[in-house]
Amino acid sequence: MPITTIAGHAVEVNDEGFLTRPEQWSEDLGRELGRVIGIELTDEHWRLVRFLRDDFAHHGETATLRRVSTQTGTPVKSLFDLFPGKPAKKMAYVAGLPKPKGCV
Amino acid sequence: MTSQTETQTPIVPMFDAPEAQGRKLAIICSKGNLDMAYPGLILANAALGEGVETHLFFTFWGFDMINRKTSGHLKFTMLGNTATHLPQGLGGIPGMTHLATSQMKKAIADLDVPEVPDFLDQIVASGGHLWACRMSADMQHLTEADLRDDVEGIISASDFIELTDGAQLLFI
Repeated sequence: MPITTIAGHAVEVNDEGFLTRPEQWSEDLGRELGRVIGIELTDEHWRLVRFLRDDFAHHGETATLRRVSTQTGTPVKSLFDLFPGKPAKKMAYVAGLPKPKGCV
Repeated sequence: MTSQTETQTPIVPMFDAPEAQGRKLAIICSKGNLDMAYPGLILANAALGEGVETHLFFTFWGFDMINRKTSGHLKFTMLGNTATHLPQGLGGIPGMTHLATSQMKKAIADLDVPEVPDFLDQIVASGGHLWACRMSADMQHLTEADLRDDVEGIISASDFIELTDGAQLLFI
C-alpha cells in the first residue's frame, strides 16, 4: 500500500487514496482530507463524520448513506448538500474509512 | 512484511472526475411485483449516490410503484417463479402470496432497505426524477391526482426518449 502525505500527516492509503488504516486518522487529518476534496468542514459535517467513526468502531463497517441518514436524523437531501456529488464516498473519505460496502 | 512506497504528490480520490460529469441513466420500470420493483430502485439509488443524473419511467404494471393506492402494497408470488425451488402447486394455496410477500418484506427490512414508497422518497431527495407513462395512465384511467406528488409528469414514450438523450438505459 502506498504512503501519502496530507498536510504533514503520512498515512497509508489504497490506490484510490482512501485511508487503509482507520487508526491513523485524527480530527486534524479529517479537516485536511475535507480540504483536499474541496469541503470546508462545518459543525454539521463534523456531526456526521463523528457518527461514521463511532459507527465503524462498533460495527466494523462504513455506514451507507441510508444508515447515516436514519441514524443521525439527517435528511438525504442535506447529505447531498453537505457532501455534493458522491456523499457516501466523500463522507467515508473524510472520516478515514473504507468506502461503504452496502448497496443501499 | 508489506512493501510500501512513498509518493511525492498526495494520492486523493478523483470524486469529480471529468469523465463522470454528464453521465445519465434512464430506468424503465414496467413491473408491479414487489421483487421486480427493487432492482430499479436499488440501481437508481446507487447511480444517484455516484452523482449520475437519473430518470425513472414507470409504465404498464410499473405504475403500481407510483400509484398512491398500490405503492405500499406490492406483492411477491411464488406462482410462475421457479427460483423459489418449491413445488408450483404450493403457490396456489390461498394465503400463500400474502405469506411470501411478508417474508420478502421482512428480509428486505432486515437489510435496512426501505419499503417502496420510502425508497422513492429517498431517490427523489437524492435528486432522482420520476416520470409516468401516458399510455399506461390512459389505460388504467389514472391521472396525476392518483400518483405520488413528486412524479414530475405523465409523458409520452417519445417525450421520455427525448428527455433522456444520451443516457444509458435499463429496462426492468
